[in-house]
Amino acid sequence: MTATAGYGQALDLITRVGGVRGAMLVSAEDGIVVAEQLMEGIKGSAVAALAASLATRLRRAMEAAGVGASLFWHLQAEGGALLVVPTPNGILVVAVAEPDVNVGLVRLELLRAAEVVR
Amino acid sequence: MADEIKKLSSQLAQDPDSLVFLRLAELLRHKGQLDSAHRVAVTGLERHPHLADAHDLFARILADKHDYERAFDEWDMALRIAPTHIGALKGLAFLYFKVGDVEQAAAHLEAAQRAAPDDQGVAQALALARGGQVPQDTPGTAPAAAPSPAPVEEPLPAAAQPLEEARVFAGLEGAEEGLLLLDASGRVLGGALKNAQGQDVTDAVAAYLAGVSQEAARTTKLLGLGKWTGVAAEGRSGHVHLTAPTGDALLLVVRDRAVPMGRLAIIAQRAAGAARRWLEAHG
Repeated sequence: MTATAGYGQALDLITRVGGVRGAMLVSAEDGIVVAEQLMEGIKGSAVAALAASLATRLRRAMEAAGVGASLFWHLQAEGGALLVVPTPNGILVVAVAEPDVNVGLVRLELLRAAEVVR
Repeated sequence: MADEIKKLSSQLAQDPDSLVFLRLAELLRHKGQLDSAHRVAVTGLERHPHLADAHDLFARILADKHDYERAFDEWDMALRIAPTHIGALKGLAFLYFKVGDVEQAAAHLEAAQRAAPDDQGVAQALALARGGQVPQDTPGTAPAAAPSPAPVEEPLPAAAQPLEEARVFAGLEGAEEGLLLLDASGRVLGGALKNAQGQDVTDAVAAYLAGVSQEAARTTKLLGLGKWTGVAAEGRSGHVHLTAPTGDALLLVVRDRAVPMGRLAIIAQRAAGAARRWLEAHG
């Protein structure tokens, strides 16, 4: 399987969950989009840059607090959520979701997708 | 009292479903045997989970052990079961006093007075509340035999002092090792963090979190998701929850992995309430 096909498969796992508006693979180091399946109107590159920046701050803060690197994080908002699983090889697996999404299910699929792209 | 404890223990052993555990745990609590009282109350609650008096009793034991957060949960549960439970209303009033929320404390005492207009203990506590004074001890004994709280003559403990003099998270669990309030630039306004080894990591964590509130707001705005309400994160050996109690201020709660994420969100919600009141009082 090529890397691109693997990425597509990983994103498919996430976007098939009800309430997910899109998914992305983002380089954690520089915030660049590696692959994406987003609904129209979502500015993938800008969201990727901010997600990567937030991920870096969170990782450093959590390591400083002694709880270890983040395995999953979830930015909650009134109108939806951004859900992220960092992988050991520096890729962030990101989902953008509706407010009533099944967070547990998305988390599982993000973790499965992270296995595919690692 | 020792004979009474022995007798009740024996009765409970013969009939574990008996409600005698309420009296036994109360006696043990009065004797200062809090661990024994705790065990008896927990066992009783396992058998009678919908008994408001049992939750009230357990809450008073927890409050005696200074576990105020769980005491709040138990009194809250008692009120869900019995909305006019006097012991629970007095207990919650006591906890609100401890964090400086005199208004909420008075509201709970007023509710207790409506439910039990002849209860002198409630009337006295309400008078103290309106006069700005605070009951010193965990409220009440058994609801059926609740004595009047003693009038306050001693100096107030720090956690019960008026809001402007109290620490931001006074009375909340983890106030000095797992709760942190920051301003937009990462300056520590209250609370503290310690790692598993007991080392103070407050400043290091604060430095990394500077600007997070603004970035979270930009991200959700860009996605058209409206106002951000929280960030929940799982770590290898602990969980964190971030929220913005007001404007650019940032609240961080850290707990080990044994604490479920949902509970962390509840802790964060309560701490955010305390932070908001503190921030309002401090301009």
